[in-house]
Amino acid sequence: MPRNSPPADPDIDALRARATMLRRHMLTMARGQGAGYVGQGLGIADVLAALYFHELRYDPHNVAWTERDRFLLSTGHYSIALWAALAEAGIIPVEELVTYGADGSRLEMSTLDTTPGVELIGGSLGHGLGQAVGQALGLRLDRSEARVFVELSDGEMQEGSTWEAAMSASHFRLDGLVALIDCNGIQADGPVVLDMEPVGDKWRAFGWETFEIDGNDLEAVTGALASARHRNGRPKAIVLRTLPGKGVKRIESSEKSHFFRVDVAQWDSIIADFEQSVGAGA
Amino acid sequence: MSAAMESARTLAMGENETTGGARQSVGAPFGRAMVKLGQSRPEVVGLTADLGKYTDIVPFRDAFPERFFNVGMAEQNLVAVAAGLARTGKIPFATTYGVFATRRAFDFVAIALAHSHLNVKIVAGLPGLTTGYGGTHQAIEDLALMRMIPGLTIIDPCDATEIEAATLAIADHDGPVYMRLLRGAVPVVLEPGYRFEIGKARKLRDGKDVGIISTGLMTERAIDAAAALEQRGISAGVLHVPTIKPFDANAVAEFASSVGRVVTAENHVVVGGLASLVVETLFDAGIQRKVTRIGLPDRYIECGAVPTLQQRYGLTTAAMTATIAALA
Repeated sequence: MPRNSPPADPDIDALRARATMLRRHMLTMARGQGAGYVGQGLGIADVLAALYFHELRYDPHNVAWTERDRFLLSTGHYSIALWAALAEAGIIPVEELVTYGADGSRLEMSTLDTTPGVELIGGSLGHGLGQAVGQALGLRLDRSEARVFVELSDGEMQEGSTWEAAMSASHFRLDGLVALIDCNGIQADGPVVLDMEPVGDKWRAFGWETFEIDGNDLEAVTGALASARHRNGRPKAIVLRTLPGKGVKRIESSEKSHFFRVDVAQWDSIIADFEQSVGAGA
Repeated sequence: MSAAMESARTLAMGENETTGGARQSVGAPFGRAMVKLGQSRPEVVGLTADLGKYTDIVPFRDAFPERFFNVGMAEQNLVAVAAGLARTGKIPFATTYGVFATRRAFDFVAIALAHSHLNVKIVAGLPGLTTGYGGTHQAIEDLALMRMIPGLTIIDPCDATEIEAATLAIADHDGPVYMRLLRGAVPVVLEPGYRFEIGKARKLRDGKDVGIISTGLMTERAIDAAAALEQRGISAGVLHVPTIKPFDANAVAEFASSVGRVVTAENHVVVGGLASLVVETLFDAGIQRKVTRIGLPDRYIECGAVPTLQQRYGLTTAAMTATIAALA
């Protein structure tokens, strides 16, 4: 399969519909076990819609295609969003999504690379960026045009290994590497416990071409991804300001959005509200 | 400075691994093997974390600069970058000191490499007590730490011949490897015709009173100790176990059964490494033999000249000979 380029003008309405589908899948998954990292997943849904249905070059029928763009989800516990995207992209069956987090399911609450479409084991935070650097170096040795996209989070920037990797990416001039930094303001112990601001300045200081945008604004996301295509000798960082639970009011306003658990009746009510907000049949 | 002081002054980093015996030595056998590999295997790449000069990988860097990456003092990133390279079909050889590859980067070795069974070779300098730099640099527990990682192959070669052979062999092996490095001028201990094979122990000497089971640089001393013991009327055999994992339990059990008592010899603490593996093996096989463990105690080792420290902790040929003779 030859590589082609992403279309110049993204179809924002189509991407918005994809993001709604991803959110619908995630609610279905979370209802299955009654819980999950659904707040984070809903927050990053727009970014995954822009990646999987506009920016990334891949073949859903051949996930090992050597010329594919890589997407590394460093925050393995955001798996709920990745499973939704992989299902919507046709890499895993949509019917399988209800098994999320269930005993024996390959749709784990934290990613394992044995599931098709997963590029690394992402549960131990601080692993993704360094592995993305290695993949970008390997692709460059192969004279490949494929690029490497890696998602990491604001909390994950507290891991020292993230900065070891950030230094090396600019040293090696990996301009086909795009870091997507999900700044949703929460981590395991609650609101970000160690202030990471100014986030953009940190990445700029480490030599990265840096964009700071609203990660729930599809025009901004696709615009930043287009700007990040330039092969100018510098790795790209897109700092995404996202809202945990985005699109589902009761999760947006929840204080327990790091790990969200409610009973089935409440899930049904949340899903009914969601469907009403996006319009029946959307 | 007195003559005694002069003789005790060796470089704290212990540049060479020769014991000063009569054996020939080869310079940088790992670097030589890497250059050979680089010529025959375009997918082999080299990495280091600011210890290229000290881990003998410079010949590879000079021959294949575009395939060599120095990530600076960042061992977690060293392993993570190697993992990423492996995912694009490369065979990365990543060098640093054993202490940093294991203590500092453990989570990356366990999860980024071994959990996904990636084809990365970690080559670790200053194994055990080969530096007088103190606890920060002496990798005395690396084999024990690495042994706990599922699917990781662990090699502790004994000489220049084996370093070269093992470097080529681990490149052919599909999966993660941790190999201890003997650097600088490394003695040639093994006879011509010796064949290294991952997972295989080799009997180097027959004996019936005592069976010495050794790994790494202790095998040279085991051979010399066995010859010295013969002069004292003690028949000592030597089984060399270069692969710590997967462990050649059958060979160890068979060898132990053929001797009166067993001595283990390792350049490592006597817990968690070769001695533990031998004792577990004999227990599992129901073989009753007394086992004497030669190796480092379960404590931090002080600074000092390497020969002085090795003598103090019983790792020299003379100390080993005396320990075994006293058992009789």
